Amino acid sequence: MSLLGHYNYWITVFLMTAGLYIVIARGNLVKKLIGLSIFQTSVYLLYVAPGKVIGGTAPILSPEYAVYSNPLPHVLILTAIVVGVATLALGLAITVRIREQYGSIEEDEILAADRDAEERG
Amino acid sequence: MAVLTVGVAIQRNLFSVVVLSGIYSFLMATVLVALDAVDVAMTEASVGAGVSTVLLLGALYLCGGEEAKPLHRPWPPLLIALVIVGALVYGTLGLPAFSDPQAPIHVVVAPRYLQQALQETGVPNVVTAVLASYRGFDTLGEVTVVFTAGAGVIALLRRRRRREPPGEAR
Amino acid sequence: MKGFLILRIIAKLLIPYILIFALYVQFHGDFGPGGGFQAGVIAAAAIMLYGLVFGLPSARRLVPDAVVETMVGLGVLIYAGVGVAGLLLGGNYLDYFVLHRDPVAGQLRGIFWVEVGVAVTVNGVMLKIFYMFAGRRRRDRPS
Repeated sequence: MSLLGHYNYWITVFLMTAGLYIVIARGNLVKKLIGLSIFQTSVYLLYVAPGKVIGGTAPILSPEYAVYSNPLPHVLILTAIVVGVATLALGLAITVRIREQYGSIEEDEILAADRDAEERG
Repeated sequence: MAVLTVGVAIQRNLFSVVVLSGIYSFLMATVLVALDAVDVAMTEASVGAGVSTVLLLGALYLCGGEEAKPLHRPWPPLLIALVIVGALVYGTLGLPAFSDPQAPIHVVVAPRYLQQALQETGVPNVVTAVLASYRGFDTLGEVTVVFTAGAGVIALLRRRRRREPPGEAR
Repeated sequence: MKGFLILRIIAKLLIPYILIFALYVQFHGDFGPGGGFQAGVIAAAAIMLYGLVFGLPSARRLVPDAVVETMVGLGVLIYAGVGVAGLLLGGNYLDYFVLHRDPVAGQLRGIFWVEVGVAVTVNGVMLKIFYMFAGRRRRDRPS
């Protein structure tokens, strides 16, 4: 019973580490940002899933229903989603500027260009 | 969704990666509806699958659409990822089971909001009531964050009006 | 031009409904899912669709840059203004009870204006970011 009961957490863990893997293992900046957003969505799942009450309904009060799912995680995650897209927009703006200055958005090439610039003084 | 994330990691054509991430956002919104989180699902669908995809496509147009072949071997990050998976799974075993009515989040604060929201605010949608009234300060902070992100993007991407021929170094 | 005809017709059919849906989500957020954020994003998405199908200059004529930039700041001001109104009328900052003789009606009024402020800012920011990304020409410059 405990195995099935914790299944939702394991999905979250898998998505979280998949997102983390994309961020640390891939050099392309845009892909890193997408991996970051996958990481963020896994956190939404982490918060919303424990709030669900089986047999309950969406937390909109109505005379026909008596059991509701927990509304508090929904509030937190609503804020988190909007902040996430704001972060994505800023990250993409920085990526565009990096592309214009360095000519590439691969992490290795950018670091190499920095090192060359340092050696040249 | 797991298949989609593996696809995002492996695919090198960035355009297909963006499309995959849009599909992922839609699936996430569906899962959220199944978990009774209707407001969150609507926001995730419109923001994640709508605006994010448009912004990513715009950035791709400006940056180029192909990812270079990875130079490093994938084993160290994969090892780190597996270790983290192990640690997190061990941690989640202590958490309450799915939809346990005795879990702390259902017992302590939520019943008060669910019972009092209609009398105190007159708004049946408890999520809106909590967001705009009970926790109004947090929403003020969030609007400020959105505003700051907009201001930051303007500051980063604004073109200076300088009298110089195009293509010249800045 | 011919291939785009289908897109233009469908966009012209859909965009008014998307805008009305955004307004519905905004004002019906008290009784169903929705609220300021979703409404702002959906309205911005409608104008983004217009910009994508009909070209960025037409979208800029429809919603000029000055209007968008004003919206970005106006929403935050509305939100903070509701808080200050609470202060001026005798309560704490962002207190909704004092906005009306009947506390519940005061709550409704406060929530309404707060959601409007949120929707305006979110709409403005999403549109502004879209304009910035779409209006930038690609500059290929070797390092």
